[in-house]
Amino acid sequence: MFRPGSIYRRGYRDTSRDRALAAMNNVLYHLHPVKVKRHGLKLTYTYCLGGLSFFLFVGLTITGIFLMFFYRPTAGPGQELAYLDMRDIIANVTFGQLVRNLHRWAAHLMVFTVFLHMARVFYHGAYKPPREFNWVVGIMLLQLTLLLSFTGYLLPWDQLAIWAVQVGTSMMGYTPVFGRQVQFVLLGGVEIGPNTLLRWYVLHVLFLPFILVLFLAVHFWRIRKDGGISGPL
Amino acid sequence: MSEQVEIDQETYDRLIAEGKSERIARAKAKAAAVRKAKAQGREEAGAADEGAARKEPAEAAVGDGEEGVPATKAATATEEVPAGRLTPAQRAARVAAALGPDGGGPNLQTREDHTHRLLAMIPPEGIQQVQSKQADKVYTWPHLFAVEFVSLLAVSALLLVVSYFLDPTFRALANPNLTPNPSKAPWYFLGLQELLRYFHPMVAGVTIPGVGLIVLGATPYLDRNPSMHPEYRKFAAMAFTFFMVMWTWLVVFGSFFRGPGFNFIWPWLDGLYFEM
Repeated sequence: MFRPGSIYRRGYRDTSRDRALAAMNNVLYHLHPVKVKRHGLKLTYTYCLGGLSFFLFVGLTITGIFLMFFYRPTAGPGQELAYLDMRDIIANVTFGQLVRNLHRWAAHLMVFTVFLHMARVFYHGAYKPPREFNWVVGIMLLQLTLLLSFTGYLLPWDQLAIWAVQVGTSMMGYTPVFGRQVQFVLLGGVEIGPNTLLRWYVLHVLFLPFILVLFLAVHFWRIRKDGGISGPL
Repeated sequence: MSEQVEIDQETYDRLIAEGKSERIARAKAKAAAVRKAKAQGREEAGAADEGAARKEPAEAAVGDGEEGVPATKAATATEEVPAGRLTPAQRAARVAAALGPDGGGPNLQTREDHTHRLLAMIPPEGIQQVQSKQADKVYTWPHLFAVEFVSLLAVSALLLVVSYFLDPTFRALANPNLTPNPSKAPWYFLGLQELLRYFHPMVAGVTIPGVGLIVLGATPYLDRNPSMHPEYRKFAAMAFTFFMVMWTWLVVFGSFFRGPGFNFIWPWLDGLYFEM
């Protein structure tokens, strides 16, 4: 029979103190308070959507780092390394296809869970004081999620990638006053080319995740400081 | 193990009769037995001293009637109080001595053999009254962690299964000279692309998403209604539902009902023009 305390050499003492220490003595668990409101445990209250978005982000980071070992963001006539590396990952790298699929599906799922998380928070009125600024941070996180997903879309450098990005960036060009300049900076030229790939690669693997982590830290910190998740309706 | 300490049967019976629990009565009776044993021991040791100590306070009490201990009572109390404790009369004498020679107000002079420090004086208005409702809370471990762990496992399993059986699109090498028909944005931008069918690109691609995002971000500052209950925020719920339904409809329509040339199609007749 499985004895729950068996993973601890001297047994697990189920005391209030040990329950508190379990949450306090681990940097990841410590994102949670020691105690939470009872109604927050109900799966149908939060559906774990915020937590799952974060979990997907962590998973995307891990699978993304794996893919970085085999990927060079280089393109250009006669030197389509990005595309060749993608083919190599799918065909030759051990677990390459699986990890690539995980990365892609998790990205789509993360856009979805972030969007649903926003809807959940709205319907519970959880953006009301004192949580109103955290809602703004959340909207920033939604945009960063979309941008991360969109910049990743270009990296396989296949027909789907560049033409999807073509549609997206040509819409950007219609921004009044500085639309053309924004487009030029993002594309690294007047049209999609090797420069675009390198820029979006750096945005995708370094710049946007960095900004996202900063906003995430503020987001989590504010949840704690604003008194945990919102109360029952 | 047998009991080493006897219990005082008299005390035990009295406490049981008073309705105390068996456990409390036994404990108190044990304590009484110990006290009695001690008192006996002391009596044997210094019976003479004790006798003197008992008589002296009785006299003091008679002299100091205003302390509120009638002499007769003090005398009877002397008989009952076990040794090692102050009788009421003794206590009164000590209090009188501590109050000083005038016997009136408190003596604030610090004696040399008795020092104390004053750490702080806090005015009553300086004490904050914090009033908050007692929240119904449970420990995060294991209650919340268990729920989170299970949901995390469920999503991991789902992703693994999907990733094992479904491969996302990977087409031919990028070719700037060969435009696929239709060429579509990623699914989460297909709502915007759908809007392009109805509005100028400036409106569909910039104005609507820009204003939409600003309004969305400013929601808590626009919505001044403090209520959280759906019953009292029908407008907000309606407006947001309208936004959600409209956006979902645009995305679904752009994803599945737009074919070559981004023209309208029935997906079950003309095939699926959607890739992730």
